[in-house]
Amino acid sequence: MKIGILALQGAIREHRWAIERLGAEATNILDPEDLNGIDGLILPGGESTAIGKLLIRYNLLNPISELGKKGLPIFGTCTGLILLSKNINGSDQPRLNLMDTYVERNAFGRQLASFEADMNIPVLGNEPFHTVFIRAPYIDRVENEAKSLLELDGKILMAEQNNLLAAAFHPELTRDDRVHEYFLKKCKL
Amino acid sequence: MTDIKKETGTFTVKTGLAEMLKGGVIMDVVNPEQAKIAEEAGAVAVMALERVPSDIRAQGGVARMSDPEMIKGIQDAVSIPVMAKARIGHIVEARVLEALDIDFIDESEVLTPADDKYHILKDQFKVPFVCGARNLGEALRRIGEGAAMIRTKGEAGTGDVVEAVRHIRQVNEDIQRVMSATEMELMTIAKDLGAPYELILQVRKLGRLPVVNFAAGGIATPADAALMMQLGCDGVFVGSGIFKSDNPAKRAKAIVEATAHYNDAALIAEVSKGLGDAMRGQSVAQMDDRDKLAGRGW
Repeated sequence: MKIGILALQGAIREHRWAIERLGAEATNILDPEDLNGIDGLILPGGESTAIGKLLIRYNLLNPISELGKKGLPIFGTCTGLILLSKNINGSDQPRLNLMDTYVERNAFGRQLASFEADMNIPVLGNEPFHTVFIRAPYIDRVENEAKSLLELDGKILMAEQNNLLAAAFHPELTRDDRVHEYFLKKCKL
Repeated sequence: MTDIKKETGTFTVKTGLAEMLKGGVIMDVVNPEQAKIAEEAGAVAVMALERVPSDIRAQGGVARMSDPEMIKGIQDAVSIPVMAKARIGHIVEARVLEALDIDFIDESEVLTPADDKYHILKDQFKVPFVCGARNLGEALRRIGEGAAMIRTKGEAGTGDVVEAVRHIRQVNEDIQRVMSATEMELMTIAKDLGAPYELILQVRKLGRLPVVNFAAGGIATPADAALMMQLGCDGVFVGSGIFKSDNPAKRAKAIVEATAHYNDAALIAEVSKGLGDAMRGQSVAQMDDRDKLAGRGW
């Protein structure tokens, strides 16, 4: 199984390590032709404004959006969650326009509000998952086929919609690969 | 979902932000207008300061932390992280920046040092720090104090990339030495480099610095940025190089693209066309030692 990792900017190598620990192959996506033959795609954390601009400049935005509509499994963390969303509150920045979610950017505040915490994520089993949030967004609300997978104080922190998976935290910054494992199951379908 | 224990200001959260900046360009800006140009060009963060390094060089005098009002103006103007500089050893400037909710502090040799003996004990702060280094020993001393990110010192405000190259080459060479040594030799290497032994062990385990390492100090062109990436840097700081050039918006965009696609010479050629003059700069080889900033700190 070959998983593409959008490699324009951000925490790319950490996702690669997680995918390789799970026995799959990881490949960097920098240009549209790199998208050929992948079984899934990861959109890493980084700066969403910077990555959004580069997605347009390298003609990646529409091809990825089309692949997502056709059913390619896509997993976005933090910035990736923002890019996947159809709605970004108060912003017209570029996006893939795939998930029926409403996203609030830098929603917890600046870096001093960044945090880590153990949380129970039912789809991952009973063992708590250690979540790391960096200047994180959250999802205000979901509609249509989008489903919340994790919620804290009314804020949705992880969601899925058929082939799409989004997390406001960074599972790639921990050694617990259960979120990536959950994503790879979508890629095997 | 009640009783979630949130921990803030941890080393994981600090280094986490640095990880998110990788592959990106951090630009020096002196006002909200420049900050917007930087964000529009695709910068991953901005460094808010009163004077860019080349002006500090030209005007002389004591260079200090920026006016909080100016920093606030820049924070309000952009949504990307905002960094600011504190003088080496100036604990109170750092606390003030932390109180301003700054995203990252650069304990920087570009400002006039406040303490010629001690650097800030950075792990006592909740805000992350980035520090300059010329070699592995210096990088690991700063990490030992709690720095969550390292950058080459280079020679800020010159537009001459040679010192930044020298510093990343030296870090790489020192890491090679750690990797090729026998275990018995590691304590002696730690002593030679003046580095904490435990961090030498970490470098050996990882084969790299334990935190993200950016290039800084003299980067002026897209090719300079790509060069530093090819030498193994994780990203690039550009100080005077952008807003002291003919066409800042265009040059900023070009440097962002060259950093993302640093192995694609055809693309770097394309984005380097018609940028106008780069900052004029000055050759480090022709400078007096007392005019060099990299020797500040230890």
